Amino acid sequence: MAKLTIAEMQARAAVEKPAPGMPVIKVGMSTCGMAAGAEAVFATLGQEVQARGLDARVARTGCAGMCSMEPLVEVKLPGEPAVMYGGVTADFARQIVAACAENKPLPTEFRVPSIGQLARVSGEPVGTGSEPKQYRIVMRNCGVIDPEEIDEYMDRGGYQALTKVLGSMTPEDVIEELKAAGLRGRGGAGFPAWLKWKLTRDSEGEEHTIVCNGDEGDPGAYMDRSVLEGDPHAVLEGMIIGGYVIGAKQGYFYIRAEYPLAIQRIEKALRQARAAGLLGNNILGTDYSFNVEVRLGAGAFVCGEETALIASLEGKRGTPTPRPPYPSVKGLWGQPTMINNVESLANLSQIIVHGSEWFSKIGLGKSAGTKVFAVTGKVKHAGLVEIPMGVTLREVVEGICGGSATSVPIKAVQTGGPSGGLIPAAALDTPITYEDLIKLGSFMGSGGMIVMDETDDIVELSKFYLNFCVDESCGKCAPCRIGGTQMLRVLDKIADGNGTEADIATIKRLANAMQKASLCGLGQGAPNPVLSALRYFEPEFRDRLVSVKN
Amino acid sequence: MSATQIEDDVAAISKRWKSKRGSLIMALHALQDRYGYVPRDAAMSLGEQMDVPLARIYEVLTFYNYFRLESPGKHVVSVCLGTACYLKGAPNLLKRASETLGIAPGETTADGEYHLQVVRCVGCCGLAPVATINELLLAKVTDEILDANLAPGRVDAAAATAGANDGKA
Repeated sequence: MAKLTIAEMQARAAVEKPAPGMPVIKVGMSTCGMAAGAEAVFATLGQEVQARGLDARVARTGCAGMCSMEPLVEVKLPGEPAVMYGGVTADFARQIVAACAENKPLPTEFRVPSIGQLARVSGEPVGTGSEPKQYRIVMRNCGVIDPEEIDEYMDRGGYQALTKVLGSMTPEDVIEELKAAGLRGRGGAGFPAWLKWKLTRDSEGEEHTIVCNGDEGDPGAYMDRSVLEGDPHAVLEGMIIGGYVIGAKQGYFYIRAEYPLAIQRIEKALRQARAAGLLGNNILGTDYSFNVEVRLGAGAFVCGEETALIASLEGKRGTPTPRPPYPSVKGLWGQPTMINNVESLANLSQIIVHGSEWFSKIGLGKSAGTKVFAVTGKVKHAGLVEIPMGVTLREVVEGICGGSATSVPIKAVQTGGPSGGLIPAAALDTPITYEDLIKLGSFMGSGGMIVMDETDDIVELSKFYLNFCVDESCGKCAPCRIGGTQMLRVLDKIADGNGTEADIATIKRLANAMQKASLCGLGQGAPNPVLSALRYFEPEFRDRLVSVKN
Repeated sequence: MSATQIEDDVAAISKRWKSKRGSLIMALHALQDRYGYVPRDAAMSLGEQMDVPLARIYEVLTFYNYFRLESPGKHVVSVCLGTACYLKGAPNLLKRASETLGIAPGETTADGEYHLQVVRCVGCCGLAPVATINELLLAKVTDEILDANLAPGRVDAAAATAGANDGKA
């Protein structure tokens, strides 16, 4: 591809792409899909189309979000709405091709809702309530485009935000737009994005750096993996704009080594963007030059903490340092550094293209926009959902995901992973906003939402989460290193039926010390699952105490 | 592997990464990709070629869970103990794998065929419980799927699994 200019990009936006005049068959080829056998389905479809001499296109795409129904295949005949199939086998793939080839109606079995039936798409108005609950801004291209083809991303308006920014906006304009939009960090804490961008831009330094945090370590969460695999250019575009705004020449993707497909797709996206003049020297023919490299995580949950991530990028042990100084002032190599979550960056181009007014109307109150959740555990339709914030937990768990997967009722939902908290079934009517979840003793977190049913043992679960944090504690500060281990010992004692009344008080005291005195978010958050379990399910702990049993 | 082979491998890796700041972890990833673990000789050679003290290399290697210091054997069996998998019975799968192979998590069978380990979330929670054998990801793992993939004398992990997955997910 020849290097593009701003004028060429603008011209490209004006051209409407005609709909393909042949059947298009897409297969979900993200990690989930492949694990469920998508490669065999893809191969079979290709062979059958060829064997029958059918004029049809078999394409790969990313994760449509219905992970429990993989492998997913979408069939779009010219002039007809798309039909989605779930749990597709090689045999069934042959039936699909046969129907296309013989001009027969498409099979009616194995059908699942199509993306169009599930969700509104980025740019559409907020609506009045009769439309689907899901609203896909971050996942707008996931399950729609071939993530390995930059042209498909550009045909859906990709890199138009970058064109607009470089063509007509100053960095301050972008920051104002972000402020008006009300975008907050999607990594969990919800810090206003515009402020982070402004603080980094305003910091003195020789080499400002932008980092995309793709070290999704929270067990039970995989939104970032799906976006990196399903729409890598969306994240990259956000990063290139970010680099322009803060005045960076260099950016890094920090991605978990456990996500080989995400790494491979990001690397491919980088090569394509460079070839197209969207990355590298003189981007789109302007004075702006920016490069991006990939760095791999190596299995340390604490590296989700900004200062620990920076240490890891410097090739060291991932131990956090006290803040301030914040990375926006003194980060990588002592220079101003802006770390953004994958989902935050994927939102960016949409705010630029559709405007802050549109974005700020989605969501509720101070929680503007959407949030992607990985809803898993004892739920019927496990998968990814993207909803406008303000939708209730019940609408997500029961409405969109079909409620309990077993005959047993739902007992609780955990958000925020090992630093979050349990939310009892009775509180499911709470709207999902940053503030409301904190009131319940949990927090937004990066987007894990784990559903538990009445058979799940809360005491064991508390141990499970705490055990994770004890394992992952970097050992630098005593409250986290020692407090966690002590608390686990007391929990073990209670779980084994040897606990006393005093032990419950000890847990609360230790939790308080860890929350107040730990150096970073890992130690401060580690007691949360235990505390929230005690807050809502204390009788389950008490039932195991020695005094009760005897 | 011979000492010269290691020297050559490390030279190539060092050439790729030495000039880049903070790239020690990337170089160690490259070593592990090459050998399946980070052999001591290779770590020592890397230290010399990249001018990094051996203590620095080991402080990093021992901090991150991803790096292995011993050869894992031919087939690395990883059982995911992320939260979703945990809720869907992963602890029992781990126990079963451990009994079938006769080793505890973190150990390698005497014949060097299998290494069993626990992983924290491979990001496929929608298909929980999951396990991996080398690069191959097993979805919605049942006792039967696990047994089929750990059957004694089974030559190729991939073949049996492709069958097990077909149409069942």
